Amino acid sequence: MSLALVNSILAAENSVSGNIGIIGYGLGTLGPGIGIGFLVGKTVEGISRQPEAAGQVRTLMFIGLALVEALALFGFALAFVIT
Amino acid sequence: MSAATLPLAREGFHAPSIEEFEWPTIVDIHVFGIDLSINRVVLQMFLVVLIVWGLFFFAFRKPKLVPFGLQNVMESVVDFVRNQIALEVIGRDGLRFVPYLTTLFCFIFLANVGGITPPVFFPLTGRMALPAIMAICSLLLFISVGISQQGFGTYFRNTLFPPGMPWPIYILLTPIELISTFIVRPVTLAIRLLANMIAGHLILSVFFVASGYMLTSMNISTVFGVGALIFAVALIAFELFVAGLQAYVFTILSAVYIAGAMEPEH
Repeated sequence: MSLALVNSILAAENSVSGNIGIIGYGLGTLGPGIGIGFLVGKTVEGISRQPEAAGQVRTLMFIGLALVEALALFGFALAFVIT
Repeated sequence: MSAATLPLAREGFHAPSIEEFEWPTIVDIHVFGIDLSINRVVLQMFLVVLIVWGLFFFAFRKPKLVPFGLQNVMESVVDFVRNQIALEVIGRDGLRFVPYLTTLFCFIFLANVGGITPPVFFPLTGRMALPAIMAICSLLLFISVGISQQGFGTYFRNTLFPPGMPWPIYILLTPIELISTFIVRPVTLAIRLLANMIAGHLILSVFFVASGYMLTSMNISTVFGVGALIFAVALIAFELFVAGLQAYVFTILSAVYIAGAMEPEH
């Protein structure tokens, strides 16, 4: 590695500060984000195909939503625990 | 970008952190080495219990055939839990659990709403003790429902060794079922509520502290401060939605777990 690159990396290390857990949390939101997108999209699809099943589909959506969300929230909680 | 160009770099800005959730002890009580001290959170918890009790007491003290006022509101809450949660998820057998589920729903909702109530501004469920205790209650409830409905041996055999598998599968399946049913379920119930409330409270406090700071800084960031303040007020409405949603999710997942324990999985 050239000296200029090493120096710029060292300079970046000095000027950036904060908690690495936040980056972990940011990565942890990706999966649940995609999951909630699929979940709600499929729910809308299901309700528009069969509007009379809307109540049942909505209940199932909330259950699924809670399960999908759990991983992002674990990431959030662990960002505080591991500092 | 050097720190001087950031709008919040002025001296004296204190970003809210997890220390927002620590309160000093008011009354120091230790019983057999167990810390039972009373702080602001405990007082707020007593208040919420009193409010929930009062709401139901005054709504159904003299129930009328044609409900009016408070009775109307509370009847619609009970009706919601009965029809949308107990009957929808568990079925006819779920009517026995309507009292537990209603209590859970009302208590969690009012505890969450504390986060956006003006003089208090603290969500009770943002501290681990309360969600953990409620999750343990739900755990013990669905285990005891399973034992009383199916019998001790049958319930644990159906849960840990689901029938209809070739036997080598159990080497893999039984530890997974053990962990997911008796450990992951209550832990996720508690963490989900806790983390939602912590996140909501932190975002609200970041927006309010930062908008106040930017509005008083008397430069270009004052303009952004107005936007931050508007967004902070909008976040209050969002937090109300989250408070309701999390109460609903906790209640409906408890109902799902009870329903799972009622009958063996096919």
